[in-house]
Amino acid sequence: MRYGTTIKVPFGPQHPALKEPEYFLFEVEGDFVVNVKPRIGYVHRGLEKAFENNTYMHGLYLAERICGICSHAHTVAFTQAVEGLVSLEIPQRAQYIRLIMAELERLHSHSLWVGIVAHEAGFDTMFMYLWRDREMIMDLMEEISGNRVLHAINTIGGVRRDINDEQANKIRKYLDKFEENIKNYIKILETENTFLKRTVGVGILKPSDAIALCAVGPTLRASGIKNDVRKDDPYLVYDEIPFEVITHDGCDVFARTIVRCEEMLESIKIIRYALDHMPKGELKVKAPRTFPPNESIGRVEAPRGELIHYTKSNGTSKPERYKVRSPTLGNLASVCKTLIGAHIADIPIILAGIDPCFSCMDRILIKKRS
Amino acid sequence: MSIKKWARIRSPWLIHFNTGGCNGCDIEFVAAITPRYDVERFGILLKGTPRQADILAVTGPITMQVAHRVLRVYKQMPEPKFVVAIGTCATSGGAFKDCYSVYGGVDTILPVDVYIPGCPPKPEAIINGIIKLIEKIKR
Repeated sequence: MRYGTTIKVPFGPQHPALKEPEYFLFEVEGDFVVNVKPRIGYVHRGLEKAFENNTYMHGLYLAERICGICSHAHTVAFTQAVEGLVSLEIPQRAQYIRLIMAELERLHSHSLWVGIVAHEAGFDTMFMYLWRDREMIMDLMEEISGNRVLHAINTIGGVRRDINDEQANKIRKYLDKFEENIKNYIKILETENTFLKRTVGVGILKPSDAIALCAVGPTLRASGIKNDVRKDDPYLVYDEIPFEVITHDGCDVFARTIVRCEEMLESIKIIRYALDHMPKGELKVKAPRTFPPNESIGRVEAPRGELIHYTKSNGTSKPERYKVRSPTLGNLASVCKTLIGAHIADIPIILAGIDPCFSCMDRILIKKRS
Repeated sequence: MSIKKWARIRSPWLIHFNTGGCNGCDIEFVAAITPRYDVERFGILLKGTPRQADILAVTGPITMQVAHRVLRVYKQMPEPKFVVAIGTCATSGGAFKDCYSVYGGVDTILPVDVYIPGCPPKPEAIINGIIKLIEKIKR
């Protein structure tokens, strides 16, 4: 039905559905969205410039603070880029520890997100269940690194802390419980009518659109396309570990939920394999303080998708240029496409569906002329 | 004690605003309302609109883009209103202090009642900070 007139509905920057300040202007006709204009930049802090003004060692801490949810993914990408400047090989054990932390972080990020999407769908019980179980993972990360959120376990040339046998056993024990619960939740999500009604067929992203609009990570995989940096361009020791890339043909929010749930199960398998096959040895090698002129890239599969860090060195202890390309920026164009034609009531769940992390994304500053 | 003050102490309602933080404090803040910590037991509720809130919980450094927005949210809150700065960034600007598009901590634009340092503070620390604020309201 055509109404002829459109109404502009502002969304954000303070909105209960988004935890971060970001602004979207929706043009609606009746109950349907006809146009979306995102306005990004509220979280812009000038990080890339800050990298250039600080040494590489300081940069490590800044990289951690790009995003509080996928902080480990950012430091892995940072160390990968910086170590690439001098082709530094880090010890095998350090690679395994980085990998275990990365997968634990994926577990915490995905369980957080599935909780949020259940909350947006009005299924608050599931939100509480998942966040309760997420605390187990937070405990594990605190046990290993000493911190719940910003782990600071990576350093240029290796890792700072070891995982001992006692901790490894604790991880195994907690993961058994976590796996059992997640399997149970998948069963509930797949059969619960209220959740299905809110998510199946909502926010359709066709595979052709997903490729054309550069979607990444679980959003892309939920459109049935097998794409995972861990498989396509293995970093750390992902090439030694057997695991599956999860895809789903649903192309909707439900598919994105199931992809993330099943990725959690894969992550659990990866952690178990890594704990069993972790070699003994050194934790870090000595890294230089200054880096000769060179360029390097760190490419990592963060919980939200492909994350790229680029650095250019100039022979000093500070980078000449630093660039971060976060997965949410890749997904933003696709989410704007999926929002067109959606009901107003579905806006929060579709927006949450890409697992947006605007603090990773904001690299621009819009200044009004006064 | 007036009934209004009694109600305010017994059930403070919060609004959360991220002014450009890294999400670390935000997820710890949300973790404080989920089962392990569950502050809702004590009547501390998270609200979506500033018009219903007593306490503005700010996370993150104040970026240039967001400064006038957080002021607008603050102005919409009914009196008496309180501000809690959660995390090192909100207290002093933290790691982003010298960035070109960051003003600094929340106290550069708003009066702050309670500072909760930590990068990020644990949910226990956040709960402790809110209890400190309630004691302050009592006085």
